[in-house]
Amino acid sequence: MLSKIIRPTSRRLIPRYFSASPEVEDAAQPTSAHAQLPYVTPLREMNFVLNEVHDAPTHYKNLGFEDCTPDFLDAINSECARFAQEKLAPLYSSGDAEGCKYLPNTDVRTPKGYKEAYEEFSEGGWNGLTVPEEYGGQGMPLSLGVMKSEIIGTANWAWSMYPGLSMGAMNTLILHASDEQKETYLTKLASGEWSGTMCLTEPHCGTDLGQVSTRATDNGDGSYNVTGTKVYISGGEHDLAENIVHIVLARLPGAPEGTKGISLFLVPKYVPNEEGELTEEILGAEKNVTCVGIEDKMGIKSSATSVMGFENSKGWLIGEANDGLEQMFTFMNTARLGTAMQGVCHMERAYQGALPWAMDRASMRSLSGKKYPEDVADKIIVHPDVRKNLLTIKALCEGGRSMIYDAALKADGMINEDPAVRDKCEEELGLHTPTMKAFLTELGCDAAQLGMQVYGGAGFIKDYGMEQIYRDAKISTLYEGTTGVQALDLLGRKIVLDKGKELRKQVQLQISDAWSIGTSQTARNHGLTGHALEIGKLSAQWATTAMRIVAGAAKNRDIIGTASTDYLMFSGYISCGYQWLKMMHAAGKALDANPDMSESDKIFYQSKLDTGNFYFNRLLPKAYTHRDMAVKNPDSIMDLPMEGWDLATTLPSDSGDAYAGYKVE
Amino acid sequence: MRVLVGVKRVVDYAVKVRVAADKKAVDLANVKMSMNPFCEIAVEEAVRLKEAKKATEIIAVSIGPKAAAETIRTALAMGCDRGIHLTTDARTDQELGPNSVAKLLAKVVEEESPDAIILGKQSIDGDFGCTGAMLAEHLKIPQCTFAATIDFDAKTVERETDTGTEVVSFPSLPAVFTADLRLNEPRYATLPNIMKAKKKKIDTKAADSLGVELNEGNTVLEVFEPPPREAGIFVDDVDGLVDKLKNEAGVL
Repeated sequence: MLSKIIRPTSRRLIPRYFSASPEVEDAAQPTSAHAQLPYVTPLREMNFVLNEVHDAPTHYKNLGFEDCTPDFLDAINSECARFAQEKLAPLYSSGDAEGCKYLPNTDVRTPKGYKEAYEEFSEGGWNGLTVPEEYGGQGMPLSLGVMKSEIIGTANWAWSMYPGLSMGAMNTLILHASDEQKETYLTKLASGEWSGTMCLTEPHCGTDLGQVSTRATDNGDGSYNVTGTKVYISGGEHDLAENIVHIVLARLPGAPEGTKGISLFLVPKYVPNEEGELTEEILGAEKNVTCVGIEDKMGIKSSATSVMGFENSKGWLIGEANDGLEQMFTFMNTARLGTAMQGVCHMERAYQGALPWAMDRASMRSLSGKKYPEDVADKIIVHPDVRKNLLTIKALCEGGRSMIYDAALKADGMINEDPAVRDKCEEELGLHTPTMKAFLTELGCDAAQLGMQVYGGAGFIKDYGMEQIYRDAKISTLYEGTTGVQALDLLGRKIVLDKGKELRKQVQLQISDAWSIGTSQTARNHGLTGHALEIGKLSAQWATTAMRIVAGAAKNRDIIGTASTDYLMFSGYISCGYQWLKMMHAAGKALDANPDMSESDKIFYQSKLDTGNFYFNRLLPKAYTHRDMAVKNPDSIMDLPMEGWDLATTLPSDSGDAYAGYKVE
Repeated sequence: MRVLVGVKRVVDYAVKVRVAADKKAVDLANVKMSMNPFCEIAVEEAVRLKEAKKATEIIAVSIGPKAAAETIRTALAMGCDRGIHLTTDARTDQELGPNSVAKLLAKVVEEESPDAIILGKQSIDGDFGCTGAMLAEHLKIPQCTFAATIDFDAKTVERETDTGTEVVSFPSLPAVFTADLRLNEPRYATLPNIMKAKKKKIDTKAADSLGVELNEGNTVLEVFEPPPREAGIFVDDVDGLVDKLKNEAGVL
């Protein structure tokens, strides 16, 4: 039945050259009944942002990574792109349709093709890209890992969560584990032989990790017994690798209450023997950690979101006792960066899916006269609303990518040996990561919806593939800290508690950059002066708005909460605009420096200027509304009394005081 | 055994090419370029020989513009030991045709004395499929083209033809082999190999300096896109089909 549905010609499949031969075709490939949205890695975009906007070559040279020249990075990214396009993207729809299966023996089976892709990925050495060489990795800077995650994440986000969570485990071990723990576990994680997870969330607490109640008791021999339940554990159980290394937050007996009493443990699915190996006997015996079930979710269906049962599971302390949350926070910034990336990945997927449709689908006529007079109707790309939707996705995607790569390069300092470098890096990043995470994921969901909108009714139909992008994007505003939590972190911790120190530095930097760009000849040549001026003004308002909120909060603490999400979106639009200013400047400079450049180069740079103009004219104005909302009176949010919420089910008046238990102090 | 592999930088197979405005060539401005897929198969075969300890050294050679060095680097990342880059500004999809390439490669073979030369059966831009055969002729050595399997111990090759597989034997090495689709499935370069490839050596010389007359003996008059596919027609029955095939299409 499905195969008879007429597909639009605009959905071009990218043929795998060798698939022409049936013998060569991989039996694990999905059937043609699944949607196959096009995916081509935007290498040119990535190179432009890295090399021409953020001067990556100088950055890597200064860090001592002389090997990381543009050619070298391009060679790595191109090979990763090939793998992602040929092996991961074709599994995007089929993996979603099939999902993971929880088996009666507590194993989990991933969709067809996932295991093969993981094996090839591991054989290629990709798991260890940023792991130090002494543990079998390639010792590349963290920012290369961000590029890798963009490439594989855009091709197939849910698949990429398996190696993605392993990366989280690896980073934790690199910074906090003992040498023996690294020897046994990090090496096998880097090779992909074993995978890793982060076990923080419990049924009663996700955001509020101070409530963690998983217990650990000392066995006296260096090992601990860990007991408790963890939920929403991505990759908690699967059939991709032989062993799974769980990084677990748990409480030691007698530990202080709340956030100061949590320790970090390493609890493997199978405990290796003294030589660090898994024998047949170990693999045949009972698991040290069991998966109790997997969740049935809206999206990222091929990611095994597991409930993990720890029952006197053998584990080892990582670092010092009661240091658990501190250790987790070391990677808060990179984790948020990684999740912000999901926003951009889904925007890119939505754009690549929606654009061919708009170029091909014919409907109605342009308001300003027939643009395709020989055809029965005009291609819908002529319609202003369609153009606006596509441009919105494009402008946010390209701007977001620049925001992320800027931060990714800064994040290279995270694993520096010098603690002073690490601290400075954390301060700089700390201001940006909550904004990037919330702003880019919220808008990532919007972009995915706009992509569906371009398709009209077909956007709602699974066969066309666009609706999956939205379903997959939705989790990104929820996990790794909800939008609301990011906003509180930005305003409450990173600005108020910091007394605005880092904010002021960033504001000064932006105003200074806006000034240099705005007064340059390039700006005059390409009409950037007005944009530079606006970024300058908004950057100042970024600080003054915070001041107003803080002043109000002195009288009423709730104002931090009523202002925060709008303040965060305000910050996001400004940051994105700042990046667009830099991109437009780089594009203008390139056009001016080389008037003999090829036609396609001219088109590339001009497109940056045009898309940037769209951002400033049609998207940045939203910043002002968010600014105004952020400084509004909190009363309309806070004043509604408990009784006023639930009028639909209010009990009749003779049943007594129905809300006796709900009085707010 | 030492192996020489030819690799050509061509338009990426996924790109939809356009004819240039002057209708003399395909427009290659900023088009994505990659290693010719059949050259990838040739490199893969050579690397497998090295892994099976049947080959001791693999040299990747490419004739092309400066950017062809990237193609050689990819071959090095797949496992070749060193590269030779003959630079030329002539268009390798037009002016520099199979005969010129064969003559240049013959010079390289004379200098390097490899035991086996493996090329792709054809390049996906020119699609001549002649270079391997011409090279063997210039060198007066055996040729086994369109190879689906190569057995260096038994000295036999299974060749793909339009009517099926043919088994041929070659008397001795050196010999030229050209790789067909089913010879193998090329590997993805692993990260450690991409890193190592940076340090491997590529010898660069100008193609003109080899003392070879690069005259293809033909000129490109015009390049145009194939006519768009026309709509088909329905026939009423088998007789009607046979009639059309015989009298209109003239294929029966």
